[in-house]
Amino acid sequence: MDRTTIAREKLKAEVVNFNFFYGNFHALKNINITVAEKQVTALIGPSGCGKSTLLRAFNRMHELYPGTRHEGQILLEGQDIMAKDVDPIEVRMRIGMVFQKPNPFPKSIYENIAYGLRIRGINKKSTLDERVEQALRGAALWDEVKDRLDKPGFSLSGGQQQRLCIARTLATSPEIILFDEPTSALDPIATNSIEELIQELRNQVTILIVTHNMQQATRVSDYTAFMYLGEVVEFDKTNFIFGSPTQQRTKDYISGQFG
Amino acid sequence: MTDANDIAQLTDLQTIRKGINARKLVDKIFVALALGSLFSTLGVLIVLIGKLVIEGSKRFGSGFLTFITSVPDSNPEEAGIKIAIVGSILVILVTASIAVPLGIGAGIYLEEYAGRGGIPTWVANIIEVNISNLAGIPSIIYGLLALGVFKAQLKLGETIITAGLTLALLILPIIIVTTRESIKAIPQALREGVYAIGASRWQTIWDHILPASAGGILTGIIVGLSRAIGEAAPLVTIGALTFLTFLPPVPFSPKQGGGVYGPFDWLFAPFTVMPIQVFDWVGRPDPGFNVVNAGAAAVILVFMTLSMNALAIYLRVYFRKRIKW
Repeated sequence: MDRTTIAREKLKAEVVNFNFFYGNFHALKNINITVAEKQVTALIGPSGCGKSTLLRAFNRMHELYPGTRHEGQILLEGQDIMAKDVDPIEVRMRIGMVFQKPNPFPKSIYENIAYGLRIRGINKKSTLDERVEQALRGAALWDEVKDRLDKPGFSLSGGQQQRLCIARTLATSPEIILFDEPTSALDPIATNSIEELIQELRNQVTILIVTHNMQQATRVSDYTAFMYLGEVVEFDKTNFIFGSPTQQRTKDYISGQFG
Repeated sequence: MTDANDIAQLTDLQTIRKGINARKLVDKIFVALALGSLFSTLGVLIVLIGKLVIEGSKRFGSGFLTFITSVPDSNPEEAGIKIAIVGSILVILVTASIAVPLGIGAGIYLEEYAGRGGIPTWVANIIEVNISNLAGIPSIIYGLLALGVFKAQLKLGETIITAGLTLALLILPIIIVTTRESIKAIPQALREGVYAIGASRWQTIWDHILPASAGGILTGIIVGLSRAIGEAAPLVTIGALTFLTFLPPVPFSPKQGGGVYGPFDWLFAPFTVMPIQVFDWVGRPDPGFNVVNAGAAAVILVFMTLSMNALAIYLRVYFRKRIKW
């Protein structure tokens, strides 16, 4: 893995000798990757390679379930966010997440976005209104929903729901947004709009995205980590990974020989 | 028959139609049986309530107001159910205010905290099996428990508070189990979404889990309460009165010997409830009591239970609409 290519950009986060276990199953083996600030880093690899596990470790989602264990560090601006004395709530307030299936709250469109602000202590109506509009514009959803903010989030189409979930995260100004296969439940047109959105966001916020879809990785990401059986096989600039991979397994995967 | 014939049968239109007709006949027989069971169940219920209405009809005419606003009397035509109605309402109020917070709290703990930092899941499951078993214990056993604990040990007497506590114990299992089940039905994706936005556990439960499961929880509460309102056995065990002619003291109303009643004195007043009133009247020799009055009071009790169930259905629909899935 070639770290010199990243040195020019500012380092936002770094995974250092990270191991992860589900019970006795060693799901992530000695992972080392870097996440450049305001760039898109993609995690690709076949099903079960651990890419989602790695992504979900970034906001400590695994702690909602018993029976997991980890070693090593994930540094966010130098601070180990996996450390026991760091509150997972603090981590999740700094690192937002968009899930595989759109999961709006069963509340109005407005409340879906306002909720993250309310729990951060923002209750002033004018501030909320402003931030909600800003977030919806940021997620390219404002024009479609501005006349029905009081309608349920679930009344939107799948692609709109996913953009609502992105807006919900954007509203809280996270430092990193994690995308866990955000388009795998969407049709091609909705997928396209989400990808365009990720392109627009890349200069505002650091993005880490897991995807099954290699074309998607080439379209949206600046860096790509190819993972296989719990290991990072190769990590480099996206155009190097897809243009001139150094590892045989990476070549085989991106040429569609397995996956 | 050879294999070739068997295969030919699969494509023979005549055979196919015959087979379909035979299966449709089974369908029809099943529908007839199911409809029969439905109507026989409904029929029994209608006959039962109809009989009560006819028997009690004398009290539903011009004397209806007297019936619901009078205290018990030795003359069946003067006797009424005011004390019993007020008693039932007050006892249910006490039952609800104890069983609802305890039941919801226990249900939340079992589902949201056990196995996630609280007690391990397997311990929670053992506890829940035992709670479910408690739901099946005959109510008179709860009466005996209350007799020993609330009346003898805590010296609460034959009062509204004793009755409320007893019935609260009786319906707690129902509320705990339905709360846990309703919470369990919330999709995990919602929990993950709420936690991911930075909510604490309590915010997740209070702002999202509880509103989303409120319909189911309320249904459990009302099913429990309508069971409690119809219970006589445990209250007979603790010694509820069958002939009571005065209401519990109204808070801050003047006392006979001077001064006023405290805000909670009514809790420690003697009581009777609707099922006990019916039970008492049924046991009297005079048909004016054991047929007419008992029938009329039973109709009112059925009406109270049915309206609570109607409320449960209404609330479930209301919350389903308000939760914007």
